[in-house]
Amino acid sequence: MFHIPFPRGNSMEPKRPRTVAAALAGLGLAVTLSGCGGGSIENATAEGDTKCDDLDVAINPWVGYEADAHVLGHVAETRLGCTVNYKDLDEQVSWKGFGSGEVDVVVENWGHPELQKKYMADQGGDGSAVDFGSTGNEGVIGWYVPPWMAEKYPDITDGKNLNKYASLFKTTESGDKGTLYDGDPGFVTNDEALVSNLKLDYKVVYAGSETALIEAFRDAEKNKKPMLGYFYEPQWFLSEVELVKVDLPEYTDGCDADPAKVACDYPVYDLNKVVSKDFADSKSPAVGLVKNFTWTNEDQNLVAKYIAEDQMDPDDAAKKWVDDNADKVDAWLKD
Amino acid sequence: MSTSTLERPAPDGGTRDQEPAGSPALATLRRHWRAASLLGVLLVWVVAWALFKDQYTLVIGGSARTPVFDWLGDRSAWVEQAAASGSNVFINLAGAVADLVDSVFAWLQGIFTVAQFPRPLPQIGWLGTIAVAALVAYVAAGWRTVALVVPCFLAFGVLGYWNDAIDLLIVTFFAVVVSCLVGIAIGVLMAHSRRVSALVTPVLDVMQTMPPFVYLLPMSILFGIGPAAAVMMTLIYAAPPVIRITAHGIRSVSGPVIEATDSLGQTGFQRLWNVELPMAKRTIIAGINQTMMAALSMATIAAYIDSPGLGQPVLDGLKRGQLGTSFVAGIAIVIMAVMLDRSMTAAGFRAELAARAGERGGPFRRIGLAVAGIGTLVALYLSHNYIWANEFPSQPDLGTPLRNAVDRFGEWLRTDLSHLTDGIQRGFTDYALNPIQSLFADSPWFVTAAAILAIAAVVGGRRAAVATVLCLGMILGLGLWNHAMETLTACLVATVVVVLLAVVLGVLMGRSNRVDVGLRPLLDMGQTLPPFVYLVPILILFGPNRFTAMLAGVVYAAPVAIKLVADGVRAVSPNTIEAAEMAGSSAWQMITKVQLPMARSSVLLATNQGLLYVLSMVVIGGMAGAGALGFDVVTGFRQSSAVGRGLAAGITIVLIGIMLDRITTYGAQRASAASPDSRA
Repeated sequence: MFHIPFPRGNSMEPKRPRTVAAALAGLGLAVTLSGCGGGSIENATAEGDTKCDDLDVAINPWVGYEADAHVLGHVAETRLGCTVNYKDLDEQVSWKGFGSGEVDVVVENWGHPELQKKYMADQGGDGSAVDFGSTGNEGVIGWYVPPWMAEKYPDITDGKNLNKYASLFKTTESGDKGTLYDGDPGFVTNDEALVSNLKLDYKVVYAGSETALIEAFRDAEKNKKPMLGYFYEPQWFLSEVELVKVDLPEYTDGCDADPAKVACDYPVYDLNKVVSKDFADSKSPAVGLVKNFTWTNEDQNLVAKYIAEDQMDPDDAAKKWVDDNADKVDAWLKD
Repeated sequence: MSTSTLERPAPDGGTRDQEPAGSPALATLRRHWRAASLLGVLLVWVVAWALFKDQYTLVIGGSARTPVFDWLGDRSAWVEQAAASGSNVFINLAGAVADLVDSVFAWLQGIFTVAQFPRPLPQIGWLGTIAVAALVAYVAAGWRTVALVVPCFLAFGVLGYWNDAIDLLIVTFFAVVVSCLVGIAIGVLMAHSRRVSALVTPVLDVMQTMPPFVYLLPMSILFGIGPAAAVMMTLIYAAPPVIRITAHGIRSVSGPVIEATDSLGQTGFQRLWNVELPMAKRTIIAGINQTMMAALSMATIAAYIDSPGLGQPVLDGLKRGQLGTSFVAGIAIVIMAVMLDRSMTAAGFRAELAARAGERGGPFRRIGLAVAGIGTLVALYLSHNYIWANEFPSQPDLGTPLRNAVDRFGEWLRTDLSHLTDGIQRGFTDYALNPIQSLFADSPWFVTAAAILAIAAVVGGRRAAVATVLCLGMILGLGLWNHAMETLTACLVATVVVVLLAVVLGVLMGRSNRVDVGLRPLLDMGQTLPPFVYLVPILILFGPNRFTAMLAGVVYAAPVAIKLVADGVRAVSPNTIEAAEMAGSSAWQMITKVQLPMARSSVLLATNQGLLYVLSMVVIGGMAGAGALGFDVVTGFRQSSAVGRGLAAGITIVLIGIMLDRITTYGAQRASAASPDSRA
């Protein structure tokens, strides 16, 4: 038996991921064994082409991301013969992983100017992260109400009217004010500043996680309870409950420059892929794939729905979508 | 924290509270001076609150930065840079350790769970793994344990989590082995040297109260992303029990035995090896068991930095809004915990029997061993060479129906109960949580601090007061005073609920075997099920708010407290009970006049443990709407600009824990010293 040291990010040795398979090949371990007889493991050797090595894909913790990652990974595995390692990591940890050689690709990035500053060369960072272009998905962040509220109070979707309805949103957590629920602390948010700068009679209450936010919206719609909360698209949950966005003063370039003075809606985020410098410079055929990968919000929502609502295994969900969309996949592989 | 369980310094002031033979009125006053002074403190506090409410509350904004946060953030950035540049000896050492752990781990995975090219499957699949496990169980603990271990392993497969379960076993095994190697050595040193003990104990306190979310990020910087970081994280949380309990076990080896053997002229090492360790063996095994349970409880948190194992499907379920997925994976963790706990207990029992009888096994056992050995070899052969014995069959599948059933249950909770539960949440928050929180957090900081200090002094005496001054001072300095008070309030209120539950259910269990047998498995489950699993149903019922977070803390802390009280009530001597029965006590009198007073020290211990368990749920509470320190800690992990704030919040939680531990421990000592049963 041979063992492969796990890729690890430290100084002393150069980056390993791509050296592993090279070592394997060098040692002549990629020999295909032959023989006959049914059901015997010796005969059923792993198939696949080793010209693409390991591809380390970070999985940031939301389902839409998972959809992107597994579709990309599925194509890399089946069409390019890569060995794809999915790593369940937070954004912050993932970006650190670029420099240490433990992460090759972050598939769906939501801005994160603070991480760009730290890791992207053109932003003054250490240069370990490289922007690899848009995923084609448009990220929308905003304040949402459950559909029953938009129907009953049609003018609630205009942010100017929020104060009129503040008393509806009172909870035990907000005293005399209305509650504006925020989600996970990792999400991009200006909500505290927005509430004070737009002079809204609301208090930001941190639901604390996406799970808590989703359960609260489910409850709000099912039991007709008032609720106002931070949410975003593309998101699989919107196909279960069609939340309605509340319009805040329109975003204009630079209106969010000073985080303390923000008084406008969130910009539309062009979600992009970020990869490690080493990966970008490598000869891996997956480089072209990652660069070319684009699809629409509808595509992502569909795969995310397979995973979250239909409870499919993410790989099966990806396979299903890839099989149904051969033309789009082929376009990613042209180069 | 088990400090209080195990290390009780000699009770101080045993004579302080003896009633003087003066006038009865004076005697009554003396007897109740403590309650009277507490009432006095509370009155002054409420008056000060009413006068100065909302002034000097030290509230800071959600994204505010202070020099302290920045300083802490810089420390963290420094570690990161050192890791990146590779110029620091310690950090390179950590890297080397990580490489070692990772490669051994990869090797073990290659044997049990991960195919290594060009083999399409791991070296040993399910049949071989189960055979090896059964053999180990047989050798270490006997046939009965085999009958427990094999179904448990099969359950992992049938629930659909074979690979994840084995991965988790490997991580746990790693962490426990290292914990024991290091921990038993440190425990021995602590038992022999007061100075080492005094030095190590606070470190252990910090290790056990620091929320793991605080060290997730540093661990992944130092040890990389992967199993090594997971093992190291688990180690931090899991090592303290075995260290403490080893020290306790060796300290309590009886003096006469040591003197007797010393008189034969043995060296210090001989004494340790031949006398102390064997005599403390059973206690040490209990410590290893606790370490193992602690290690398992880290499974879900470690999955945040990609630790392999059952924590991942738990988080997947959470992320995808699938209650059933989290639950099924959580049940697999419960099964693993029960399996390890019972096997370890059986192994400890057997070790003791063997030590006493000096047996090497009769012919019966030798034949048994031979058969088991051959069987295992056959299973290994099959498992290595045939797919059916390697890959766990996909049928029968218990996971899917269970998952669907739980999802339906969640749906039912959503539609049918949630109206009813709103009232409960609202009532409790408005009439209990909010007023108390206002008293703590809306009073000027110096008023609250003075009140806490006065209470600490009255309850726990001088030493508690000193600890309180130090802890409050540092909390103040860290700059999260207001959040600290919110968190403290939530913990105290939750602990009151826990203690009430513990007294009611503990007494019921202690008095009736049937209740005990019925409740215990539920309590075991409450202790080992990952909190994320029951957090979601509570969220569905009560929404994201402080009440939900508090309830989750209660669910987590109550089992321990209930068990402690039940054991205390059960331990009341039958003679006392009989005497009370002869005297014609009613059941109510029996409970209030005999059983509870006699089990007093258990109730006090349950309070102490309840507080610390509740406190350890603060971060998870922050993810369910509790805000305050828990939310700060998660923010520090999730946002690079808030790392310093997260660290400050983590340290504040540790300080609250140490403060509450000292107040309750010293308070309990004084109470026990003053109680009638201990005076006799």
